Amino acid sequence: MSAAPQKAKAGAEKIEVIVSAVVPVNELVTRFEFRRPDGAPFPPFSAGAHTVVEMRDQGRTRLNPYSLMSDPADPSLYAISVRRDDQGRGGSLYMHRQVKPGDRMTITYPVNLFPVDLRGRKHVFLAGGIGITPFLAMIAQLERLGARWELHYSVRNAALGSYADALTARHPGKVRVYHDDRKQAIPLADLLDGQPLGTHVYVCGPKGMIDWVHRTATEHGWPKDNVHSEEFLAPQPGTPFEVRLCKSDMTITVGENESLLEAMERCGVDAPFLCRGGACGQCETDVVEHDGSFIHRDHWLEDDQRASGKKIMPCVSRFVGPTLVLDR
Amino acid sequence: MSRIQFPKSIASRPVYGILAPRPGKAHLMIADAEGAEALLDLAAQDAGLMARAHILYIPRATGEAYTERLRALNPAQLYVGPSFDAALPRLRRVLSDAHMGLQVYLAGTEGLMGRAAAEVAAAGIPYGAVQTEHRGSLARRMQCVHCKGITEDVTTDPFVCSHCGLNLFVRDHYSRRLAAFQGVCIDAEDPGNIPEPVELYK
Repeated sequence: MSAAPQKAKAGAEKIEVIVSAVVPVNELVTRFEFRRPDGAPFPPFSAGAHTVVEMRDQGRTRLNPYSLMSDPADPSLYAISVRRDDQGRGGSLYMHRQVKPGDRMTITYPVNLFPVDLRGRKHVFLAGGIGITPFLAMIAQLERLGARWELHYSVRNAALGSYADALTARHPGKVRVYHDDRKQAIPLADLLDGQPLGTHVYVCGPKGMIDWVHRTATEHGWPKDNVHSEEFLAPQPGTPFEVRLCKSDMTITVGENESLLEAMERCGVDAPFLCRGGACGQCETDVVEHDGSFIHRDHWLEDDQRASGKKIMPCVSRFVGPTLVLDR
Repeated sequence: MSRIQFPKSIASRPVYGILAPRPGKAHLMIADAEGAEALLDLAAQDAGLMARAHILYIPRATGEAYTERLRALNPAQLYVGPSFDAALPRLRRVLSDAHMGLQVYLAGTEGLMGRAAAEVAAAGIPYGAVQTEHRGSLARRMQCVHCKGITEDVTTDPFVCSHCGLNLFVRDHYSRRLAAFQGVCIDAEDPGNIPEPVELYK
């Protein structure tokens, strides 16, 4: 049998799990630990991977990606940390309010869109807020390998610095925490200067921070291949629009508060996806015909692909106009 | 003019560009023979580059033709040496002392650029981040796939392996690790049936 079985449905293979612990980390962040009901080991994953958590919220299925933060060498559990977003679409609120220890949930096999480049001579991690989660797994993996790393972690204040105390206690020489409320900021230009050849830098945090790191690294002459980032976008609400799906032979309406991908799924169309956050490229869909303008929000399509009007990423992108026909 | 348009080939065959100044903390330039022209053109695009440039130059058959002009660019450091192998200890030392933000520019023959790119990649700069520009001779650095010996500056196809003496067909199949094209025995099935060598590469 092949290692990758033929998939009957879109998305990564699924795993049934039991919520083994719900641990408040601070006012906004809660850690959820999962184990398998039969006690079997989880599939191995590499640091930087995420899982998509399925939430059954009053008849609505929410699928949100979260980075795995547990030690990749420990197959007995998967852990994620979720920051509550009171203005968000409701996934994080569901996790915080509804999920209790002992609950059964469905998550996907891990998918890694943010791996450590093991050719690197040294790894510099730049975290902003909840962006710390993939680095917790990376640090565990690199410590085991004996690789060189350092973490620069920007938090709003000490109380909201998830895992900051534990990290600084365990790795005193390698972790620096910067507090916004004390007017501390990551000294990016100084950090980029003087790193040994073959250093890789990784950034996970708000979009502004990611753009800042890419821009500054380019200005300092860093190769693109040595700068890594991950940002999961949440679909943004927008004006409802109609879409003709020609393979499925149906016309659907995408509501204000759902993504194009979610609307297709609601109507029973088995559309491909993996990350649901505009990063992986799995849901890329051909546009057959359009009259109107695209709102591209993904990190996947190239500028010329966007300009061509022939591609859309239904997980995060929308459309404004009377006619959109997709090859789906 | 020492520039040439290479014909389209298989994916493994390296392609070269035109050197352009890039922002960086330091600039390492390695060139041989007519590759010096590419460095002169590069300096003309951004006069500020040379103040932070370290040039390793191997004149080969061009002798003194370019060295004074390179010196006149006033680079921070200029090394002129007899061969890539002679320059190698210096290159390795430069790379071991270098930091991120170093820009690498390679110019000249394929053999020189390939060997330098392999050294630079081993030091941690990915291939895609190294700029190259072909100038001068089209002679190839060939590996005999049978005895693994390297024959430098091959100009004809087929050619005789300088190590094992087999008649080798010149392929576009290239190894980045070895910085060499692959040469395959052309008369294995019909020994002695060797096409007349054609001078393809000068």
